[in-house]
Amino acid sequence: MSTMNFHLRLWKQKSAADKGEFIKIHATEIPSECSFLEMLDIVNNRLTREGKEPVSFASDCREGICGTCHMVINGVPQGPGRGAACQVYMRKFENGQTITVEPFRVGAFPIVKDLVVNRSAYDRIIRSGGFISEHTGGAPDASTTLIPKPVADAAMDAAACIGCGACAAACPNSSPMLFVGAKVTHLGLLPQGQAERKSRARNMVRTMQEEGFGNCSNYYACEAVCPANVPASVIAMLNREYIRGEVSESVGAID
Amino acid sequence: MTRPATSSKKSCGRCMPLFSSPIGRKWIVALTGIVLVLFVIGHLLGNLSIFAGPDAMNAYAAFLKSTGELLWVVRIVLLTCVVLHIWFTITLWRENLAARPQKYAVKNELGTTVYARLMRISGLTVLAFVLYHLAQFTWEAFNPEYKTWIDAQGRHDVYRMVVTAFECPFVSGFYILAVGLLGMHLSHGIASLFQTLGITTEKMRPVFEKGGLIVAWIIFLGFASIPTAVLLGLVKTSSTLPACPFCH
Repeated sequence: MSTMNFHLRLWKQKSAADKGEFIKIHATEIPSECSFLEMLDIVNNRLTREGKEPVSFASDCREGICGTCHMVINGVPQGPGRGAACQVYMRKFENGQTITVEPFRVGAFPIVKDLVVNRSAYDRIIRSGGFISEHTGGAPDASTTLIPKPVADAAMDAAACIGCGACAAACPNSSPMLFVGAKVTHLGLLPQGQAERKSRARNMVRTMQEEGFGNCSNYYACEAVCPANVPASVIAMLNREYIRGEVSESVGAID
Repeated sequence: MTRPATSSKKSCGRCMPLFSSPIGRKWIVALTGIVLVLFVIGHLLGNLSIFAGPDAMNAYAAFLKSTGELLWVVRIVLLTCVVLHIWFTITLWRENLAARPQKYAVKNELGTTVYARLMRISGLTVLAFVLYHLAQFTWEAFNPEYKTWIDAQGRHDVYRMVVTAFECPFVSGFYILAVGLLGMHLSHGIASLFQTLGITTEKMRPVFEKGGLIVAWIIFLGFASIPTAVLLGLVKTSSTLPACPFCH
């Protein structure tokens, strides 16, 4: 097992009101098999042993599914390569490299502490339209509702979104439209999502605007960092769904 | 956590969502963009009449002037499109700046093209150029003597005006720079409008992106060919008097 050394620049910030600054840590003897978060664990253990305060960061499943971990590693939200920050491995870096870790810089995601931001704004966007109404009770037979394979595939690609916030963090405009587009595409393509289809995009876009997020400029930085490989074509679908919903609302069309 | 004050209440969000929502405004920018691209293509085709000689170009110019009220309808439509295109972009731009109060320490331009990042600079430079261009050739503000130039058929000698102006390397240089930036603006703009209008699919996006780039190059080369031909002496006028505001 080989070990590596890194020069870390980690963001320290006591609270949203605090100014915050980078602290420099020379991280030595880090096993190359470590994931990025395990490396931070090692660094934090050492800080704790030295009686210093560890660097706060968020994580949960550590296998790229839950979307809890969020940080910007050398300017890349969720770090280099595909996958979430927990799927970045230290062997991907050069020995002796300087690694800068900062929190998501999105106005609508206020900093809680150090690398942890509050992404409740995404939850409020979901609450405003990212759901379906469905009967409870016995599960219907899987073949009752027929869905063409390409539609199911496209819906599944969009459903891969883990809501981690990397799209808004990568976007020069802090726009979450890859996230909103993923939800609108996923639910709008499937028969179960039709009941709310007309109002979904309108309500989610309105909440997005109220939360203070930016607007899409078709930069496609979101697509380049998305750990779930959600394609930017979901934003085209969102643009379409939004106008359809808004126009039928203003002219009073039922369908 | 408290929710931030709603912006839609201030800006009459309920009654005019198409003009206040992010996507509604982007649609307006895209639709006005289509009108402006079509104008640019039409303008280019008209300008290329210079290669058919003084008679063709002056006849084309006289035809445009002869349309009378129709010309004013076109001008008002274009002016409205320019105003809406810029106004809604600026309102979106301001929100985008406010959405990222603190910049990243390490900058990484992921996925974005240089054309996309330069949209605002290229757009505003093209706006400045359009004003200068109108002052030079439409209002003839820099060289009032242009107004007196009449060809053998008694038409305004547009050909002589254009060739004389482009004989100055500064006028030609600024023109080529401006149409270069216009090309950059259009390469992102054309590909982008399909995405904004919701036409793009995963399969079609590379087609629209390449198509936008190709159309932008054609427009750039088409416009740039005119001052280049004048500077190389391929397009000449019988007049010997240079009338350039910069060269003397």
